[in-house]
Amino acid sequence: MDDFLVFDGISKSFGNLKVLENVSLSIEKGSIFSILGPSGCGKTTLLRICAGFETPDTGRVILNGKDITLDRPNKRRVNTVFQNYSLFPHMSVRENIAFGLQMSGFEKKRITSEVDKYLELIQMSDQADKKTTKLSGGQMQRVAIARALINKPQILLLDEPLAALDLKLRQRMLVELDWIHDEVGITFLYVTHDQGEAMSISDYIAIMNRGKIEQHGTPAQVYEAPTNSFVAAFIGDTNFFETEITAIEGSYCRLNITDFDDNIIVYNDKNFHMKSRVYLSIRPEKFVISFDEPEHHNKLNRVRGTVEEIIYMGTHTTYWVRVGDYRIQVRQSHDRFLLDQRIIERGNDVFISWHADNCYILDRYDEKDESLLTLPDDDLTVPPENVLSEEK
Amino acid sequence: MINRLKQRIPELLISLPTMAWLTALFVIPTAIIIIIAFKTGDPYGGIGKEWTLENFPELLNPVYRAIIVRTVVLSILTTVICLMLGVPAGYCLARSEKRTRDMLLLLIIVPFWINFLIRIFAWKVVLHPEGFVKNFLLLIGIADENTLLLYRPGTVLLVMVYTYIPFAVLPIYAAAERFDFSLLDAAQDLGAGWFSSFTRVFLPGIRQGIVTAILVVFIPALGSYVIPDIVGGPGGEMIGNKIAQKTFIDRNLPQASVLSSMLIFAVMAPMMLSLFMRRKKNHERGMMIG
Repeated sequence: MDDFLVFDGISKSFGNLKVLENVSLSIEKGSIFSILGPSGCGKTTLLRICAGFETPDTGRVILNGKDITLDRPNKRRVNTVFQNYSLFPHMSVRENIAFGLQMSGFEKKRITSEVDKYLELIQMSDQADKKTTKLSGGQMQRVAIARALINKPQILLLDEPLAALDLKLRQRMLVELDWIHDEVGITFLYVTHDQGEAMSISDYIAIMNRGKIEQHGTPAQVYEAPTNSFVAAFIGDTNFFETEITAIEGSYCRLNITDFDDNIIVYNDKNFHMKSRVYLSIRPEKFVISFDEPEHHNKLNRVRGTVEEIIYMGTHTTYWVRVGDYRIQVRQSHDRFLLDQRIIERGNDVFISWHADNCYILDRYDEKDESLLTLPDDDLTVPPENVLSEEK
Repeated sequence: MINRLKQRIPELLISLPTMAWLTALFVIPTAIIIIIAFKTGDPYGGIGKEWTLENFPELLNPVYRAIIVRTVVLSILTTVICLMLGVPAGYCLARSEKRTRDMLLLLIIVPFWINFLIRIFAWKVVLHPEGFVKNFLLLIGIADENTLLLYRPGTVLLVMVYTYIPFAVLPIYAAAERFDFSLLDAAQDLGAGWFSSFTRVFLPGIRQGIVTAILVVFIPALGSYVIPDIVGGPGGEMIGNKIAQKTFIDRNLPQASVLSSMLIFAVMAPMMLSLFMRRKKNHERGMMIG
């Protein structure tokens, strides 16, 4: 992996507030790299350090082998698509896009032909002379991208570029962004709090929380093999169980969860020791839900429960299954839906089962982690139960 | 047509008091002044019965030319200096934290609590030949004993800038406060240096505030009378002083009216121009929507 953009031990504080703590990342040339995290995790500050609007307290930013930590923003071959686009309101679309080239002192003819090229790229040639204040959100977005890209930056920074758009437009712009990336081949550094956006567009994702990188890797790596419970909870939905390791069986181990009859078997990829307090995380789609007891198998976990709530989504159905104190989210896709099969309904007793390789155990994150345990549960519990009681 | 008129009736009713006010206190007095300009005077300082154009050739008198040039030059300089100080001040105000900003705004307003005349007289004390500024300049060797700080056009300019600067700062600050400063980040991100991001993005962004500042500084500056009267001396006279002289000393009201009418038109011209430009722009905008 050639390290095109490198953050080397970046720390930054604003007053007493530590925003970034020793962040190191390296980003491959030509990739789309996402920094994903909840608001206030420091991702925007990291981006602003890369653009040159902030100077880190410690650490270096290296772009293409050159230390740019102290370069002024206008001296870096880095351009930004701002969250609110920051288009110049007193200029037309054409003038906005031409701005960067004018600043670099290109001759007029060259600028005009370049701007025409980029207007074509964003399919807005017919709107070139409109004031940017007259554009729709999606159009402003495209102008902002063209205005940044025309300078042929070595790296394009995108700060929550789709946050201001509605859902449908967001999905379309995401496809368009991906297409533009393929077209120009420039490295994208994409900051977002929306895991769906990050998953779908990125080659690599770094997940940040409280000024630190929790994990980075491909979207599949962070989804299927999160290194800690924060990442597991932040990327996608999951069910958490707090538990203790009771037995080690080779590369597998057994856990005891109070409300479950059997011990749970799980792949112990992180080599936890006996008696370790850990979290067990199981993604909703890894479960199989059935009326009949699944055949016994030494790597298969089975639990009996009662269906409390069903949300039918067409492509899949989400079930909430009560097992003792736990409310477990189960997602069943309908790739084999048979009309004559017995439909699982609210109140039915069911079996849920999952393979030992389809779940993982994670270290306790820290004291605040407790809130994660209730993540799929409490917010959703209240309204359905109210509905139930009204029916009675 | 009648329908459109009907639609405008509430609008007209609402603006009626303003219209009445403007008519009574602005339109009628202005009309009177313009009318008097075409009248003959009488030996007792009153106004004669006959109509005449005799009053106007008097404007060509070389005495006036120097005064008119001085008035225009001083007013333009005042406006330019006020803008050059007001724009950075407005920028700093808009960018400072709320507490500092409130404090600074208060400091700008505070002088208004003191009577205007007293403030002008205070300058007389400050710039007095025995005053501390003079002594200080003597001490560091910039001035000598005979340097006069008072009673020269430069003094008038200084005091005019002092007087009008709050009127420049406030509208510029109001515009700068609404300015989206992330645009400056964007400009720098696109390769603009500090200066070009300021001139290409910030100044156009606060354009409306600058236009207002020009109007509220330039127009009163043209009509200045008290400032040159107190700190100007004979070498710092402006058109306002001439009008006062014609009215109170020469008792020649028609002549004073001719000068006043000229000043009124000089003031109205830039205002009309600015109004016309704005209307044209609105009209274009309307066409676009239509």
